[in-house]
Amino acid sequence: MPFTKVQELVYEMKVNEVMTRSVITVDARTPMSQLREVFRDKKISGTPVVQDGKLVGIISLEDFIKWLYGREQNSVIETKMTKEVETLYDDEPLVHAVSKFDRLGFGRFAVIERQTGRLVGVITKGDIIAGVLKKLEIDYHEEEIHRYRASHIFEDIVADRTTLVFEYDVIGQDFDRGGESSSRLKRTLKRLGLDPVTVRRVAIATYEAEMNLIVFTEGGKIVARVEPGRVTMEVDDSGPGIADVEKALQPGYSTAPQWVRDLGFGAGMGLNNIQKCADHMDIVSAPGKGTHLKISILTGDEREAGRDS
Amino acid sequence: MIFVRSLHPVSGEDVAEKMKLEQVRQILNAEVITGENLLSREATMGCGADLMSDVLAYGKPGSLLLTGLTNQQVVRTAEMADLVAICFVRGKRPDAETVKMAKSHGLPLLWTKVPMFESCGRLYKHGLVGVSEYGE
Repeated sequence: MPFTKVQELVYEMKVNEVMTRSVITVDARTPMSQLREVFRDKKISGTPVVQDGKLVGIISLEDFIKWLYGREQNSVIETKMTKEVETLYDDEPLVHAVSKFDRLGFGRFAVIERQTGRLVGVITKGDIIAGVLKKLEIDYHEEEIHRYRASHIFEDIVADRTTLVFEYDVIGQDFDRGGESSSRLKRTLKRLGLDPVTVRRVAIATYEAEMNLIVFTEGGKIVARVEPGRVTMEVDDSGPGIADVEKALQPGYSTAPQWVRDLGFGAGMGLNNIQKCADHMDIVSAPGKGTHLKISILTGDEREAGRDS
Repeated sequence: MIFVRSLHPVSGEDVAEKMKLEQVRQILNAEVITGENLLSREATMGCGADLMSDVLAYGKPGSLLLTGLTNQQVVRTAEMADLVAICFVRGKRPDAETVKMAKSHGLPLLWTKVPMFESCGRLYKHGLVGVSEYGE
């Protein structure tokens, strides 16, 4: 019989991936009558019992009801709890947990760290279901990205060097659409399968450059070139240009009007942010002529090999 | 006696405390504007800022952004910087366009009446670390 995805996950995933880590515990000498508040306030139906920091038992709502039904004197938890505590190790595969739930019919198990014997969590059937579902969702998402991935394009194209070029037009003063080009470029690079660190750097650098076009110019163009090992963006506009490029590169120096600052930009950090993301940055500008900005960002492997800035 | 313990290691080198958005919602008494189904997502750290350039410069992937700004650029910034969610503080709410954009990117938005300083303080007190404390 072929394994389903869920069966696979139950073997692959470990108890510590799905267990609840914030454990509510009660002391063995707590009176039974106090359990009512614990169960009600914490919305739980059972909890590990500890004495001097060590796990000594488990007390459940069922134990509590039995005690109530017996109309006994108020006694301490120690006398009513289940003492043979069945535990699971945190590094056991989920399938062990599943079979133990099946075999013993308990609602929860305390989870112990193998090396130290410390109580590190609690696991219920609900935790297992939630954990597996979450994993399925993540896997599905990754599969989806994979399906869209166009990275094979580099393998299918037969050439000594391949460069992909994407162009984006940016309209000046259109603050509401600010970031649209960067967003589209980011999506494209993700689909090409570029590593997330590179994609994020490109996105942030392009976004700052795009905001500069919108705030200071009548608009311009962003041209992104993707080749194996690097992404290069060239951002061009036809004015007004920067009078003192050196000054503009100083952190905190800004000529942005107040309305831009009110929107969370224009604090004189844009070019610095671009520089921070880039492996290489060039800026050429003259008043009345426009600005040419070139940003190079190396991809994962190339960056490891050594930065050029 | 009841102990509510967090069993995450808290020392510097180890994995930092993660916080589910559901916890954030409770701690800040916040309401969910969009992304009700994404509250099991975890923020690995918090970042409070009204200057988006600062978020772009210092925010790290996996951060929760607390901000008093409500325009579309806040959502764009979150998208570019790979943030997990935005919580608008001191009772500010974004317009419909901004919400629409967040929804289309699967970015949860929350809002709380709690002011910025107190929002950050409450989350920090509950174990959410800042970007400078979070290891690479």
